[in-house]
Amino acid sequence: MQHSTTKARQSTVPTPLLEVENLRVSFGNLTVVDGVSFSLAPGEILGIVGESGSGKSVTALAMMRLMPPNGRVEADRLCFMGEDILAAGERRLEQIRGDAMGMIFQEPMTALNPVLSVGHQIVETVRRHLGLGRREARERAIEVLRRVGIPAPEQRVDDFPHQLSGGMRQRVMIGMALVCGPKLLIADEPTTALDVTIQAQILELMLDLQSEYQMSIIMISHDLGVVSSFTDRVLIMYSGQVVEDAPADAAFSHPQHPYTEGLLASIPTIDGDLERLKAIEGTVPPPFDLPPGCRFAPRCAYAKPPCSTAVPPLVANTPGHSAACIRNTGYAFGPARR
Amino acid sequence: MLSVRALRKEFATGRRGLFSHAGAIRAVDDISFDIGHGETLGLVGESGCGKTTTGRLVLRLVEPTSGSISFDGTDILALSPKALRDSRRDMQIVFQDPLGALNPRMTVGELIVEPLVIHDIGDALSRETRLRELLGLVGLASYHASRFPHEFSGGQRQRVCIARALALNPRFIVCDEAASALDVSIQAQILNLLQDLKVQLGLTYLFISHDLGVIRHISDRVAVMYLGEIVEIAGKREIFDAPLHPYTMALLGSVPSSRRAKKQFQTISGDVPSPANPPPGCRFNTRCPMAQEICKTTPPPLRTLAAAHDVACHFADDIQGRQKKGREIRA
Repeated sequence: MQHSTTKARQSTVPTPLLEVENLRVSFGNLTVVDGVSFSLAPGEILGIVGESGSGKSVTALAMMRLMPPNGRVEADRLCFMGEDILAAGERRLEQIRGDAMGMIFQEPMTALNPVLSVGHQIVETVRRHLGLGRREARERAIEVLRRVGIPAPEQRVDDFPHQLSGGMRQRVMIGMALVCGPKLLIADEPTTALDVTIQAQILELMLDLQSEYQMSIIMISHDLGVVSSFTDRVLIMYSGQVVEDAPADAAFSHPQHPYTEGLLASIPTIDGDLERLKAIEGTVPPPFDLPPGCRFAPRCAYAKPPCSTAVPPLVANTPGHSAACIRNTGYAFGPARR
Repeated sequence: MLSVRALRKEFATGRRGLFSHAGAIRAVDDISFDIGHGETLGLVGESGCGKTTTGRLVLRLVEPTSGSISFDGTDILALSPKALRDSRRDMQIVFQDPLGALNPRMTVGELIVEPLVIHDIGDALSRETRLRELLGLVGLASYHASRFPHEFSGGQRQRVCIARALALNPRFIVCDEAASALDVSIQAQILNLLQDLKVQLGLTYLFISHDLGVIRHISDRVAVMYLGEIVEIAGKREIFDAPLHPYTMALLGSVPSSRRAKKQFQTISGDVPSPANPPPGCRFNTRCPMAQEICKTTPPPLRTLAAAHDVACHFADDIQGRQKKGREIRA
């Protein structure tokens, strides 16, 4: 940390909290994340958007190197707070997870242990990571439950997960992720299983806590509405690759990649009436049968013959806004991405 | 075409102790609505509000506790089991999860013609012709008929379910979250298909969804449910642009959208109360930002406030007055 603050003073650009270069994740011989690069500034909220199978959740899990036994994470660079995550041993990773990185999932019922009270589960985390005694840890748990908006936390602390509503369970998950004051919160579809009125409550809570703890958030979601109203910057993923990287406002008002454009045109909104939705024809290609060249080309309305020959590089068209489309390079190719 | 009056469904809950009475959950409590020929009525609400139960009651897949349902003048609740089965030719349903709705050991062709077999319609040859027709209608190719459901993507499976629902030439279809489990680009394909079929075949839909954007897109009129009751029912423009019930406003305010102010959410506090023990008075009073004393004691009746705009709120007139004033100031 010391090192990064001095560096930040030299150049006015803050040192990124997280740097990812050319991340590849594969299961057996299937590559599901292929060449993802991004960096995350302290306090920044980054959204990762994509449909099922786009690799957005796997990308997030790779940040913590949480992988099933057959999963392999490779990258040219994967640094969190200046530390090389790829070089970290299992014990060091366990320290980082939960301490400096917190994570919340879509379905709190499966992430919480059903036979332990919620208090017990928070106490477990606090004792392990902060080394507090039993009584202090319990007080800390009550305090964090109060902070995430659980009414009567002194009583709720002894409740079991099934006794809480979906919204309350997600609050407990958030409390558990934040109890050690992480610098990065990874939220994988945290509100997808919730009703809209509860979703709004949880998003508001997350924003409050984000400014209070000055942490960065990676928000993974398939819901463009959630991402556009919650994040500073978005990565749009398609078939394991980032196709657009842009400030959230620009991505939704002036999308540069045809896939982003197609997604936006296919969503019915509550703010106006459309005669007909512009559906993107076809389906996402499976990872074992990827088209050569641009992976979106078979479904793309703008596709030209060169699109099926090489993968277009992610090129910035305006500062801070890049897209991997040959329309950005004038139908000529830069160096191949791999 | 469909007329529902004072429909009610209670589910018994288990007896708790030796001497206590078994409780009842009023999943659907005294709701009434009409759907006209060729119309799509959207039914929207949060989980547990009774929208799915309503869809099943209308088709009598679940027996109502009381109330009446008439379909083209026929009293559905008075039908004998045989007559009810015949009426199903006219009324079909498409569910959320197509994989759960399709028998994994039957081919898609068998699945689609199964309703014809059950109702003993046509011979092998005419069923084969009908199968090709149905596959074409939902955008599948004839070679798909010999495949099994697991070989298809989610969107294609939902097309199979739609083809199956169309096999008997129904006039009315209940779509229960029919596009909700699909990715957005596929959801758009299915919504477009449903709209095309409606025009092509003159269908009428009861479209159930929790997604307000989808409801606005597909519906002509919208009913908003909360804890087993309809709190507001009106044309879609009225519901989305000039809602008169505080719950409808809260729902709309909660939807995140790129066209709204960033990082600001209009929230209402609290959780949905348990339907086993709904609050007295107006059921929304525990979460309503406008709630007064009267709301805690007296349930507001559903009343007509403007042309074809019904709302169940004691203060809907005030809300309407404020909206009018707002429009005058803007004008």
